[in-house]
Amino acid sequence: MAERERRLTTPRGGVFVPRVQVLSAEDVARAITRIAHEIVERNRGISDIVVIGLQTGGVPLARRLAQVLEEIAGVPVPSGTLDVAFYRDDIGIRPVLPEAVTDIPGDLAGELVVLVDDVLFTGRTVRAALNALADYGRARAVQLAVMVDRGHREIPIRPDYVGKNMPTRIDEQVDVSLDGVVLGDVVPR
Amino acid sequence: MTAEPEALAEEQDVGLVEPEISASETAAAGGRRHLLSISDLGAYGIEEVLRVSDAFVEVGKRSIPKVPALRGKTVVTLFVEESTRTKLSFETAAKRLSADVMSFSASSSSLKKGESLRDTVETVAAMGVDAFVIRHSSAGAPAAVSRWVDASVLNAGDGWHEHPTQALLDCYTIREVLAEREGLAPGEAGMGCFKGLRVAIVGDIRHSRVARSNVLALAALGAEVTLVAPGTLLPPAVETWPVAAVSHDIDDVLPKIDVCYLLRLQAERGAGRFLPSIREYSSEYGLNARRASALADGALVMHPGPMNRGVEIADEVADLPRSVILRQVANGVAVRMAVLFMLLGTPHGQTPTGTLASLGGAWESGSA
Repeated sequence: MAERERRLTTPRGGVFVPRVQVLSAEDVARAITRIAHEIVERNRGISDIVVIGLQTGGVPLARRLAQVLEEIAGVPVPSGTLDVAFYRDDIGIRPVLPEAVTDIPGDLAGELVVLVDDVLFTGRTVRAALNALADYGRARAVQLAVMVDRGHREIPIRPDYVGKNMPTRIDEQVDVSLDGVVLGDVVPR
Repeated sequence: MTAEPEALAEEQDVGLVEPEISASETAAAGGRRHLLSISDLGAYGIEEVLRVSDAFVEVGKRSIPKVPALRGKTVVTLFVEESTRTKLSFETAAKRLSADVMSFSASSSSLKKGESLRDTVETVAAMGVDAFVIRHSSAGAPAAVSRWVDASVLNAGDGWHEHPTQALLDCYTIREVLAEREGLAPGEAGMGCFKGLRVAIVGDIRHSRVARSNVLALAALGAEVTLVAPGTLLPPAVETWPVAAVSHDIDDVLPKIDVCYLLRLQAERGAGRFLPSIREYSSEYGLNARRASALADGALVMHPGPMNRGVEIADEVADLPRSVILRQVANGVAVRMAVLFMLLGTPHGQTPTGTLASLGGAWESGSA
């Protein structure tokens, strides 16, 4: 929930108030299954694949995606987690602290990396993630899977696999988990 | 507690300055954050530093152990008192954060020519500095500098007063080793391992800034600290320290502890004057092989370095598996990266009191 953290750690703070359930748990599960098939189709198999979830919102989605890929292809699919705090471009502008320890399985040189995040918004988290990944070796390719693309990009980043394209107002908030996707607002405390 | 800042290039007798263990200067010019004392942090702040250190330990294990987090920041290491490991550790930490490092030591600087500490730091600060890492033989010198310059100040050891990053890396090492025994990653272990942890700090406590910072940190985390030293090497107001016990008998204490923390006899601060002889100290308080065998299974031996082998610690004890002295050094870089990142990587002027602790507080309320 990188995006949610970012909003909530503004000097003002705020509380997430849910408004609309956009996707149910079943919808999320179906979207993950579809994305898994798209990954296999696009890459003509999944040799040398590594699925990496962005801390913290992308992590459960990445684990689930790796499981589904294993079921489809019948081979083990390594998965990892990545915290991009030290690569962000807003260090010094807001309090940035790592959420968790990065855990990348082995060297990424020559691998096909699928980055997974919950919400694609400004694109800045993904930009930071790409820089972070480069420190773990030169991947053969990096692809981006997100559960929700809510628009409002600030840098030229586009996803390869999308659960749901969801136009939003910039002041709205999207909460994603395996239990579903909820649109709501941040109310100042 | 603040010493006269003028002409501090020479080693001063700080015996007249009795640092208060709980007091710290947290004045923050322009909302800059400083780390002057462990008491700036509190239990929550210490936990936050250890948590962020976990992430930097991972960075240290990479083939490229460097992150761009503090690009464009300038860190000055100003060591008016000589040091090798702390200075190298801070400089390595700053470089692995991609900060620019300027290094400054008393022996080759304008302080030698008679310039005051204030003029020196103000001159250096005028070049555009984001953080000063300061070691000084006078207690309170870093606190004084924090009032003179618009930069973050990290205390890397001031006189007898404090050495906060040493205490933080010691706490990190304790948590890491105890978590490892449970088969956990350090981050999964939490801070419960410090509750009721029995730690003996042995040796020249009177002259030890390491002891002061460690007592504050360990007590804040709920450990039971016992000070072990001859009466002459205990600090004057020891009854005000947050410790469980004070003992003069190391053989009585050793079987009852989880961590044995040895201190170096600080001959340069006149520790020898307080003892009949070094040899007698060594035979009464040194951790030799016989004493080490009295330690409980799994008890750790720690030392902040530099060690005087054969004085406070015997050769064969320093190299036992239970001795985690080199792990302390290794963790020092990651812990100092965490502190530098927490001080410099966040906006200044945004938090109320300008201490590292308030950074933790802002994060806590923000993510609730």
